[in-house]
Amino acid sequence: MELKGYKRPDGRVGFRNHVLILPTVMCSVSVAHSISQEIPGTITVPNDSGCLLLGRDKEIYGRTLVNTAGNPNVAATLVIGLGCELFSAEQIAEQIERFGKPVRHLTIHQVGGTINTVNQGVSIAQQLVTEASTLEMEAATVADLVVGLECGGSDPASGLTANSALGVAVDRIVDEGGSAIIGETEECVGAEMLMAANAKTEAVGERIQEVVKRTEHRLSMYGIDLTSEQPIPVNIQAGISTLEEKSLGCLRKIGTRPIVEVLEYSEIPNQKGPILMDTPSFDALSVTGFVASGCQVIVFTTGVGNPFGTAVTPVVKVLSNTPAYNRMRDNTDINAGTILEGTETVEEVGEQMYNMIVQVANGQQTKAEILGDNQFAVWRTTTQA
Amino acid sequence: MNNKQKAAIVISEKDNVATAISELKAGDSVVVRVGEEERQIILKSDIKFLHKFALEDIVKEQHIIKYGQIIGETTTHIKQGEHVHVHNLRSLRGLNSD
Repeated sequence: MELKGYKRPDGRVGFRNHVLILPTVMCSVSVAHSISQEIPGTITVPNDSGCLLLGRDKEIYGRTLVNTAGNPNVAATLVIGLGCELFSAEQIAEQIERFGKPVRHLTIHQVGGTINTVNQGVSIAQQLVTEASTLEMEAATVADLVVGLECGGSDPASGLTANSALGVAVDRIVDEGGSAIIGETEECVGAEMLMAANAKTEAVGERIQEVVKRTEHRLSMYGIDLTSEQPIPVNIQAGISTLEEKSLGCLRKIGTRPIVEVLEYSEIPNQKGPILMDTPSFDALSVTGFVASGCQVIVFTTGVGNPFGTAVTPVVKVLSNTPAYNRMRDNTDINAGTILEGTETVEEVGEQMYNMIVQVANGQQTKAEILGDNQFAVWRTTTQA
Repeated sequence: MNNKQKAAIVISEKDNVATAISELKAGDSVVVRVGEEERQIILKSDIKFLHKFALEDIVKEQHIIKYGQIIGETTTHIKQGEHVHVHNLRSLRGLNSD
C-alpha cells in the first residue's frame, strides 16, 4: 500500500506535521497552552509532572519529554520551561537537537512572566509553523510505520474480537517490514514463558521474562500478588478459566510473529517488528511511552469506549462489542463486535484495521483527533517526593 | 440466514476448544469452522456466552489450546462438546512456580 509522509533528518517518517509546544513542567502548561491556542498548526501536551522526581523516574521523565519531541509526527518544537524545574527548557532543547529538527526554547523566569513569554512564544511558534509548512511529503511504505497497541476497559470478548483482529493487522504490518509496540507488562504475567519461547532470540526471550519478573517484584513490594488471585471471580464467571487464557487475550494484539526487541519505557526502537515496551497498564501512561518511542499511529481496543487521544499521534479506537459501539460511536472508529454476531470474521475485521491504519497514516483523521482528545502523562515507577 | 453466522468461534486451527458466541444448550448441534474445515459438534453441556467447549475428546493432563497457545491442562478426561472451564482445566503456571 502506497503511503506518503515527512522524512525526518533521523530517517524516521512522520505522518503528521505538528509544531509541538512542549512544557517541561506542570507550571509551564498554561503558557504553552496559550501559545498553542494562538497559532493553529501547533499542539501542546498537558504535562502533569516535572519536579521532585526520584531515582529512575528522573531518567524516564527526561527521556519521555525529549523523545516525544523526537516523534516523527512532530516537525519542530518550542520548549517552554519555568526555570526551577527538574530539567530546564535549555537542557531539554539541547537533547532534542539530536533529532536534527528545529527546536527553540523559552524560560518563564528569564523572559519575565506569563504575558511576555506568551508574546515571544507566539512569534516563535509562527516562524516554526511557517518552516514546517514548507516541508514536502515523500513516498513511504508500511515498513516506515511504528504502531502502538493499547487496550483498556477490556471485556471478556476483547481477546476474541478486537485484540485478535488487531493481531491479524499487526502480522500484516510486520510482514511488510513495519513495527508494532505492545506494553502493559502486568498483562503479560502468565503468558511470559510463551512470549519468551516465541522471541526472535534467546536474549530477547530472557529480557521478556526479566521485565515481567521486575513488574511482579515491584508490585510485591506493595503486597500485591498478581498470580495467586487471577483470574478474578468476575473473569471466571465470564468464561475465562486460567491466568494464561486471560493474559493471552491481551497479547493477541501483537499478532503471531516473534518479538524482536524489549524496550524500557519511552525508548526508541532499534529493531523492526513486534516489540514489547515495559509500561504500566494505565492507558494514558502506557500510550505516552508509545508516543515517545516514535509511534505514528496508535490502535486502542476497548470493551467500553472512551474519549482518549493524543495530540502527537492519532489514536484509532476499536470496540469489542456492538452495544458499546452503538453507545460510543462518536469516539470509536471500528466495531469488532461484528465478529461476535458472526457477520464478519476476525480476518475481515483485521483487514479493516490494517486499511484504517494506512488511511490514518495517509491523513484520515480519527475520531479522537477530530474531537481534540489530548492526554499525556509520564509514568512514575516509584513515589513522588 | 447469513452463512457466516455461527454459534461458536475457533481462533486458531491448533485450538482444541471453541468459544460460544451465543447461549448454547446441551444437545444443540453446532457447526464450527476450524481453519478451512467445518465441524459439527453435539454439545454435552449447556455452554454460556463466551464459555468454552471441547472440539474433541481430550484425555486427562493434556494441554488445552486456545488462541493457538497453551492455556492450561485438563484435570480429567473431557468429551467432545463438553464445557471446558475451572472444573476440568487448571493453569500450568501455578504448578510450575510451586
